[in-house]
Amino acid sequence: MTLYEILPQLYQKFSGQIPEASEFRGEYTCTVPATLIKTVCSYLKESFAFDLLLDLSGVDNYGQEPRFSVDYLLYSISHKIHLRLICLLPEENPEIDSVTSVWATANWHEREAWDMYGIRFLDHPNLKRILMWEGYPYHPLRKDFPLAGLPADLPDTAVDAGKVNESPMHGGPFITSTGSPHSHAREPRQHHTLAELIIKQKKSQKTEQD
Amino acid sequence: MADSHDNSLIESAARAYDAGQSDLNSERMILNMGPQHPSTHGVLRLVLELDGEEIVDAHPDIGYLHRGDEKIAENMTYTQFIPYTDRLDYLAPLANNVAYAYAVEKLCNIQVPPRCQYIRVISCELARISSHLLGLGAFGMDTGAMTIFLYTFQEREKIYDLCECLTGARFTTSYTRIGGLAHDMPPEFLPLLRKFIAEFPKTLEEVNKLLTRNKIFLDRTREVGVLSKKDALDLGVTGPILRASGVDYDVRKAHPYGGYENFDFEVPLGTVGDAYDRYLVRMEEMRQSLSILQQAVERLPEGSIYAPESRFILPPKEQVLTRMEQLINHFMQVTTGIPAPVGSVYFGAENPKGELGFYIISKGGGSPHRLKIRGPSFVNLQAVPVMAKGHLISDMVAILASLDFVMGECDR
Repeated sequence: MTLYEILPQLYQKFSGQIPEASEFRGEYTCTVPATLIKTVCSYLKESFAFDLLLDLSGVDNYGQEPRFSVDYLLYSISHKIHLRLICLLPEENPEIDSVTSVWATANWHEREAWDMYGIRFLDHPNLKRILMWEGYPYHPLRKDFPLAGLPADLPDTAVDAGKVNESPMHGGPFITSTGSPHSHAREPRQHHTLAELIIKQKKSQKTEQD
Repeated sequence: MADSHDNSLIESAARAYDAGQSDLNSERMILNMGPQHPSTHGVLRLVLELDGEEIVDAHPDIGYLHRGDEKIAENMTYTQFIPYTDRLDYLAPLANNVAYAYAVEKLCNIQVPPRCQYIRVISCELARISSHLLGLGAFGMDTGAMTIFLYTFQEREKIYDLCECLTGARFTTSYTRIGGLAHDMPPEFLPLLRKFIAEFPKTLEEVNKLLTRNKIFLDRTREVGVLSKKDALDLGVTGPILRASGVDYDVRKAHPYGGYENFDFEVPLGTVGDAYDRYLVRMEEMRQSLSILQQAVERLPEGSIYAPESRFILPPKEQVLTRMEQLINHFMQVTTGIPAPVGSVYFGAENPKGELGFYIISKGGGSPHRLKIRGPSFVNLQAVPVMAKGHLISDMVAILASLDFVMGECDR
């Protein structure tokens, strides 16, 4: 099966909603309305064996409206066909359905697009930042973010990956309680920052002096 | 596929799962593995949820090596970005150079001459062997076979010598240029490469004898980290991991680029999709790479290494000094970059770790509007939670080693 057979069926299935694909260097690109992306993806996967989502990337066309786009690169191993889908998203509140239920691999790709461009993926199982840290205030691949970067606070070092926020063993048996304030103060889970640790130490020194 | 699982493992996995369903969360322990850990091969951090010694869930935490390569690429010319590609999969810099060059050449519609293609094939296959050797050595060491590491590193050293001879640098090669190479291969290179091709099978055979039927290695890797065909496709993994799960997809065969259609080689496939299969696939890939190297050396064509499109290739120095139009051409290429057309292309290359893809959106001019790097390790690492569930912590080490990832291209 070739793209010449697949594309007409795709147009017919979503009558009039998908404009004709454009071609460049032998690659075909379809612009798909953002509301349809999940339906189109599962249709393509079920009907034409597009079993691999090779790539998903956000794009910022700063100065244009719609500003953002999400580009999907689908691949069918059995037919050896690439197909790119593009969804255009507005500058205000860019949102699109997640395709993680179609291909699990979309999970990290979508997190990256959220992290780098601030594109929100609806129904995503775990839409958190992936390359930058949680709590970072900017989306650095946006065109209005300077190359040199902007100052931001460093993250707290507590365990916060995945759905793990706080250890169930918090305050548990691994904390030494020998009575010495020093060994107790060394335990990181008791103090979130070094500053707090120093303040606490100073306080205890003061009380000793008193 | 995975029917022959050890029963006790399934029971423990079920117990771990049950524990997760009930309110007995207090039985779980959180173990932080990495980012500084010898078996996480770089700065990968894993947060493991444990029930006793069994992994209930794993959360990979990446981004510790994020350098903003994609942002940097948007702010420089195509040629200036070549050294950055060395630092993606820094265990196979030559293969990254080649993949990036082909991506930009696809955008600009440049065809490089056969001699350039052949040298690029040699570069790629050397990089593949080098990367697999490191992966293999680390795999052996992580599973308790220290000797392998010494054997494979000795061979890697020879490949580094070859790289130095070919490119002038051992590690950060930056060898390709848009539409060609930095320079042709020096005359000393071919004899050195022939010597390597002749000697390498001996070491490979020694490693094979040390590991493939080794009882301890088998116990540590068989039925560990099984990834079914369906899961592998769903998770989008590529490269040796996908092929170990039995999916026949190799970019060199499916979409031959850079003259790979002229070479005769096999694509090894696994049947079970466990860590041992991934080891076997990599071992066979090295033998195939060696055969490709052999063919390339025998049939290496003569001729130019530069594409004929003069607007994209820097003119020879003597012409710059003697001809006005070549001086202008040189000046424009260095200051504003190559005149790339408007359009977007994706180019995927079969790198040692999987499919390395460059998605370039050009709005014309010398630098890309967007350059997305599809790092194979980024995608492959997503499979860790699926592979790790129900295994012991010590298996986690074997699983990570069998994934053979590099954080440079994962975090970019």
